[in-house]
Amino acid sequence: MMLSVHDLAVARGGITILDGVSLTLGAGEALVLRGPNGIGKTTLLRTIAGLQPDIAGRIDLPPEGAAYSGHADGLKATLTVRENLTFWARIYGQSDIAPALSAMNLETLADRDAQNLSAGQKRRLGLARLLVTGRRLWLLDEPTVSLDTASVGLFAESVRAHLAAGGAALMATHIDLGLDEATIFDLAPFRAKPPRPGQGGDFDGAFA
Amino acid sequence: MLALLLRDLRLATRAGGGFGLSLAFFLIVTVLVPFGVGPEGGTLARIAPGILWVGALLSCLLSLDRIFALDREDGSLDLLATAPIPLDGVVAVKSLAHWLTTGLPLTLAAPVLGVLLNLPQSGFLWLTLSLLLGTPALSVIGTFGAALTVGLKRGGLLLSLLVLPLYIPTLIFGAEAAKRGAEGLATGTPLLMLAGITAGTVAILPFAAAAAIRVNLR
Repeated sequence: MMLSVHDLAVARGGITILDGVSLTLGAGEALVLRGPNGIGKTTLLRTIAGLQPDIAGRIDLPPEGAAYSGHADGLKATLTVRENLTFWARIYGQSDIAPALSAMNLETLADRDAQNLSAGQKRRLGLARLLVTGRRLWLLDEPTVSLDTASVGLFAESVRAHLAAGGAALMATHIDLGLDEATIFDLAPFRAKPPRPGQGGDFDGAFA
Repeated sequence: MLALLLRDLRLATRAGGGFGLSLAFFLIVTVLVPFGVGPEGGTLARIAPGILWVGALLSCLLSLDRIFALDREDGSLDLLATAPIPLDGVVAVKSLAHWLTTGLPLTLAAPVLGVLLNLPQSGFLWLTLSLLLGTPALSVIGTFGAALTVGLKRGGLLLSLLVLPLYIPTLIFGAEAAKRGAEGLATGTPLLMLAGITAGTVAILPFAAAAAIRVNLR
């Protein structure tokens, strides 16, 4: 089992937005989070990644098991593609970045500064970062934003390879990646009830 | 850890990294003082240690908001917080990188600028020594302030207001050591106090700063 979530409640800005979320993810499985804007896909992913505390419930995740990729790619504009990628590889204790460069078709751009890349190329570099983490569970928040069709295909291919190698992926995306392995997980039924007026004024809520 | 240090040093020296900015500010402040108080050598020599200390402190302040704000903007901070290195370590390495790119150059430049302020011969050694002991505290306290204000838009001014009062003990003992050194008096006590402040802040504040970042990332 890569990840199991029991009865999780998450909050954004002090307001509980998702309640009672339970899901499990095993090796070789991918789960696609669906739901309208604001339902809490990003908040759920950030909570699982450990960037914010949960309100209730339990998250079982092997220590140092997950790699998180958010809306921003974490690239430094004045470093080259190779320097950016090497940095993240070394942070995760890896050294070989060549497979990641070729998987995301970045070899010809390797010595260019990240500030001279297009939005899609930056995104590809951000996704190449996942490949150098060596983590088995990927938490992906809108991974395909600003990617063209060919790059979406490249990305789907690397997710497929990751799953085949015994990895797992939990992602929030609106487009169809063409992944047969992926299961859709709709968050709409877990939307938390809005607090009644005059109630729900807990301590944190006063500062929200 | 080493990778992070090397990255921060490399970023600081690349275009737009801000390396040299504090140094240039320090130079200008020091050059402006004789214009303000007049060229009379005796006056300048008396105030030189204090002016150099205040100048170094303000120059240090100038680059503080870059420590975390840039990493926050491009998402690196989120990724570093989920990376396998502890956030306390990230903070400590970032303070070290800040000191290497700001505190250390300021320390090395101070004796040269001391000439402009007619600093007495005997004061050069003690000025450099006091800055060497004191500037790490400036970087660590500043990193803590930067961590507190990391999520805020236009947090730079608030950062200065938070950090400047915390700099007071370092300034008092640092300037006192440099002044006593220049006058040929014993400098042991203020230097020991200064070293104590630095050791204390280095030991405690990285943990506090990491906790502040965790709260601000929510």
